[in-house]
Amino acid sequence: MILEYILFAILGLVAVVTSVAMITRPSPVMSAIFLVLNFFALAGLYLLLNAQFIAVVQVIVYAGAIMVLFLFVLMLLNTDSEHAILKEKRKLKFIGIFIAVLVFIQIGYIVFYSAPSDSVTKEIAESINAGKIETIGTELYTTYVLPFLASGFLLLGATIGAIVLAMKKFE
Amino acid sequence: MTLLEITIITMIRIAIIISVLLLTVSYLVYFERKISAWTQNRIGPNRVGWRGALQPFADVGKLLLKEDIIPSASNKSIHTLAPFITLVIAFSTYAVIPIGPNVTLFGYDIPLAVADVNIGILYVLALTSLGVYGITLAGWSSGSKYSLIGGIRSSAQMISYEVSMGFSIAGVVLVAGSLSPITIVESQYGWMWNAVLQPIGFITFAISAFAETNRLPFDLPEAEPELVGGYHTEYSSMKFASFFLAEYANMIIASALIVTLYLGGWQVPYIDKLGLGETLTVLIQIGSFFVKMGAVLFFFIWVRWSIPRFRYDQLMSLGWKVMFPLSLFNVVWVAVLIMLFNI
Amino acid sequence: MLTEFGKIFIFLLLAIGFVGIALFAAKLIRPHRPTKEKLLIYECGENVEGSPWVKFNIRFYVVALIFLIFDVEVVLLFPWALTYQEFGFYGFLVGVIFLLILGLGMAYEWRKGDLNWDRTKPNIPELSKILTNKNVSNVKIDEQIKES
Repeated sequence: MILEYILFAILGLVAVVTSVAMITRPSPVMSAIFLVLNFFALAGLYLLLNAQFIAVVQVIVYAGAIMVLFLFVLMLLNTDSEHAILKEKRKLKFIGIFIAVLVFIQIGYIVFYSAPSDSVTKEIAESINAGKIETIGTELYTTYVLPFLASGFLLLGATIGAIVLAMKKFE
Repeated sequence: MTLLEITIITMIRIAIIISVLLLTVSYLVYFERKISAWTQNRIGPNRVGWRGALQPFADVGKLLLKEDIIPSASNKSIHTLAPFITLVIAFSTYAVIPIGPNVTLFGYDIPLAVADVNIGILYVLALTSLGVYGITLAGWSSGSKYSLIGGIRSSAQMISYEVSMGFSIAGVVLVAGSLSPITIVESQYGWMWNAVLQPIGFITFAISAFAETNRLPFDLPEAEPELVGGYHTEYSSMKFASFFLAEYANMIIASALIVTLYLGGWQVPYIDKLGLGETLTVLIQIGSFFVKMGAVLFFFIWVRWSIPRFRYDQLMSLGWKVMFPLSLFNVVWVAVLIMLFNI
Repeated sequence: MLTEFGKIFIFLLLAIGFVGIALFAAKLIRPHRPTKEKLLIYECGENVEGSPWVKFNIRFYVVALIFLIFDVEVVLLFPWALTYQEFGFYGFLVGVIFLLILGLGMAYEWRKGDLNWDRTKPNIPELSKILTNKNVSNVKIDEQIKES
């Protein structure tokens, strides 16, 4: 149990630090690298929750596919650093800080003033197997067949959409 | 066993595996040079040690002492990070590959893989998909046109072939009903190797593995006549060595994966009918794993020195128009096989 | 209790440490004598021309986009493949429908030509065409070759 807490603390710290670094780095490619690191920390946190499938998907899809696409775009556009934009819009900065503080207060409130009830802890104990891929596979057949196939159609739509957009760019 | 004991045993196993891997990598380079010399009717390395047997160590020593040149136009931190990522990923894949059945040693039941994870194959797939980063970042950060074009080409190539690789693996998972490499090997008992059951998947996986390791005929990222050195044009000293080592480490992992997924891993057909002792059986099985792996590695080298390089449009259309539909067909084929014969 | 994932975690840490030590050790023993010419990027010995970050063909971006979609489908296919044997014909049907949808997307891409990797047609001067014009001097043939 203690090991679990230590790992949680380390991974949580890594997640927070990398996400802060991701926002503050002036170079977009550096930001992208920190975002990938953040995904790793998240994958580790998912593993601690025994959600193996989500953890692996986090790495394969987010870090391995989406971020590669991002990197491609960054390289294609060769965007320069963002310093110039930030200096011009001082007001936006203040609004951003204000919203961040609000969100932080909200999170703090939830963490300190809403203790989990007994029913919730019971559900958590039951959900220990829910993240396994076998469980997900079984659920996909029995309960969620239609959503599974619907996701297939959604992806088909995404494919067509991507091609239509790319075609427009070509012409 | 206590936590400390397990940790220490694990660390010893990891240390053994990493050092064996390093030794194999350096001798693979030597053998590649020897085999290429043999193919081209040359002599090959023959000065350092008996018939050049110490050549790998001389190479490592030379690369260690070389000056590291970081071009002033490059992005220095990412330039250093890229070879690091490539090499770490190349090594880490080895954590889940089993080299033999469980053995009993000093009263402990020890599986001959560092970790028997129940999602092992997905772990391998995840790491392969991360391999793109090292090359892309290396190409981008160097600040050279050759590097950038090489890096972009390479990453487009790797992601194209990754899809058919994923579908081929899905065929294996269908048969084994498990994502753990050890169970996958156990499911290929006797002659029920996946290469026999699903030859199409075997071929698509092998070709995708060639493309993922950037080996000839898929070595467009470093096509010398047009791109100098591709993504590692601007690398020197140990950083260049990292890319070089990673290429060969990836080759070893690719061949180990081909053996594990399709050629029955450590399984030897009918070995239990011979009535050999348990220790001898295990030893033969471990040996057979390495023999199979050596054969696949030789195939890798053989192909490299026999087949010319693809053109880039040929490469992409092979990936998307041949490999991808074939691997898709393979999944259906395996599903039908299981349905009909209840394997 | 150390789980199997814990072992992989240790493996990753050791691999990172090992590579880090190797790269750092090399830094300690190798010489460091940079000159201005040495630090230029390689461009066949000529002076460096223009920005290294050139604009790319958008095809690369389209490939990455298509890859992203199919990668998600591969990942969705794994839970199906894993539990396939438990469900018999019903599972087969679900999987085949899913694969059919996937194949439909692929067929659409194929039809629209997004799987083609266009390359610019090389403009090769054809000697036979030039030579059909009789009574042309050698100088003129050279000019025509240059033009085409």
